[in-house]
Amino acid sequence: MRQTNLIRNIWLGVENLLLHKLRSFLTMLGVVFGVGSVVAMLSVGEGASKEALEQIRRLGSNNIILSSVKPVEDEQTSTVRSHMSIYGLTYADLERIASSFASIGHVAPVKLVRKEVRLHDRAMELRVVGTTPEWFDLVPREVLAGRVILPSDRQRQAPVAVLTEFGARKILATRSAVGQMVRIGGDAFEVIGIVRSEAGQGQTMQIPDQDVDVYIPIEVARKYFGDIVTRRTAGAHEREKVELHQIIVRVNNAEQVEATATGIESMLARFHGKKDYGMSVPLALLKQAEATKRTFNIVLGSIAGISLLVGGIGIMNIMLASVTERTREIGIRRAIGAKRRQIIVQFLIETVVLSTFGGLIGLGVGVLIPFLITYFSGMATVVTWNGILLPLFISMAIGIVFGLYPAMNAARVDPIVALRHE
Amino acid sequence: MAAKTSSHGNHDIVRLENARKIYQMGAEEVRALAGVSVSFEKGSFWAIMGPSGSGKSTMMNVLGCLDRLSSGAYYLDGKDVSQLDDDSLSELRLSYLGFIFQSFNLIPQLTVQRNIELPLYYLGWDAARSAQRAKELAEVVGLGGRLNHRPTELSGGQMQRVAIARALTNDPQIIFADEPTGNLDSATGEQIMELLDNLNRQGKTIIMVTHEPDIAAHARSRLHMMDGLIDRIETETHETDQPHQEYLARR
Repeated sequence: MRQTNLIRNIWLGVENLLLHKLRSFLTMLGVVFGVGSVVAMLSVGEGASKEALEQIRRLGSNNIILSSVKPVEDEQTSTVRSHMSIYGLTYADLERIASSFASIGHVAPVKLVRKEVRLHDRAMELRVVGTTPEWFDLVPREVLAGRVILPSDRQRQAPVAVLTEFGARKILATRSAVGQMVRIGGDAFEVIGIVRSEAGQGQTMQIPDQDVDVYIPIEVARKYFGDIVTRRTAGAHEREKVELHQIIVRVNNAEQVEATATGIESMLARFHGKKDYGMSVPLALLKQAEATKRTFNIVLGSIAGISLLVGGIGIMNIMLASVTERTREIGIRRAIGAKRRQIIVQFLIETVVLSTFGGLIGLGVGVLIPFLITYFSGMATVVTWNGILLPLFISMAIGIVFGLYPAMNAARVDPIVALRHE
Repeated sequence: MAAKTSSHGNHDIVRLENARKIYQMGAEEVRALAGVSVSFEKGSFWAIMGPSGSGKSTMMNVLGCLDRLSSGAYYLDGKDVSQLDDDSLSELRLSYLGFIFQSFNLIPQLTVQRNIELPLYYLGWDAARSAQRAKELAEVVGLGGRLNHRPTELSGGQMQRVAIARALTNDPQIIFADEPTGNLDSATGEQIMELLDNLNRQGKTIIMVTHEPDIAAHARSRLHMMDGLIDRIETETHETDQPHQEYLARR
């Protein structure tokens, strides 16, 4: 009985709103845009932070990444001709870190060098990453063909190379390239495998992992290419000696990540005279990113809240006008025997129907916008259930909150006065 | 309903005892009802007459449970309703009373059928039963073919017929008619009065406010008001009620 009454009430509300289609539509617009912007902003924000979190997770949340950084003083003196700057992480650092911390599971050193990679007639300058088999455990990726570097390759200092998918494409190597020879900086290497490239903007983070890298055993890299790099810039020879460009540390237990990071930091500080290294802790970044995301959501929420507030006030305004306009109708209903409460319910339902319907349209708009953004700009957007249900719920609540005052006004109408109202 | 009329005979359906209604208009007190005592029998047809400001509209509003007395008592069908709250008065209007107004007071956005059904909506009737009832009543007032018209598509006389049908939906004890012919030409007004005459003959109590003697002539009793008091009472029945004499004497 009660339920059918509610349905009838809703239906009556809809009928009444349909009598003034344009007005109802214009009244709804505030909520339409309010809800639309909430849904769109939430999904864009969600997409952006998801992408950032994904990047950080890809680094491994238990990993600590140490990188060599050219110190500031060296940067200034490097204008001197033929100066050689020596900086960065060393093999000694690697040994110390690996042996000093019980909390550390794996350590992978990384040596980076840019070399021309040639397959048959096709040559491309690519980044060559000298590393150990542990690397493939620490930063796992799918093996598309062949295999990755094994401990045995290290022992026999085998000139073998693992290509990345996109790197292979650049030198026109297909899967059948496994087993063939490539020349890296003039030396011959056997291609033993191809791994999948990580999509996304890897360069924004300090990942030794650009999607066109070539991996070779670190011993081979050291033997063939040495530790000294010579760069020619505008007639000046710039020479750098860097033993290791990166050290990736995997900590066994997530709780020990930060403590281990602090330990490594102080150990490096003791052995390095100058600050020629950097450290990034994905877990810390992850926490930071999550905190940023929360702040971001609060800011977006406030903006969206304001737009919904404006929409609500718009509805209230129109409903107040509608109550005045329908004073006579209210008087008639009251004279016939409608109670105040029934008048309140009638007007409240109209407002809620209006705002909820506006919310539904807004939802459509709000889901369409992220879709278009993704379609045209490729930016990731994520529409979550929360991002849909919350604005919808809020739009209903707005109908109740902003409909209450006009409805109470309607119920206060004195039937005697109202019936004389022209 | 019919059984009630026959078994109870001619008891008072409304009775006012020393009814006062005082409005505050700025610093001035307006005594719209200055101590009225009167009773109407069940099944009677009264016309309340008087110049504007005489208190006839206030009397009507009080009797119709739309307004409350400042002091005094109002017995509706033997029950004192002068102290009831707004919700209870709404319930009384819903189940005991029917209203007909000078300006018809139909809801313009609703069809004839929906206008007639309106009281049933608040009485909680289901849609099918309400529609059936609306159809019957439209036939009674001679508007069977216009159920789906809107009030704006009807003539004044037709609109008043709809209003009468609506006033009958809840099978009321009393029908209040406030200048029912005021907006109609005399021929149409005559038809509407015939309808009311018929209803009265079927046993409905009718209380009508009018200032037109021709219209008031349809009523079987006429109450003339002046300055918030009863001026005089004319009734066509020979057995003059004792109370009426009292008022005349007091005047």
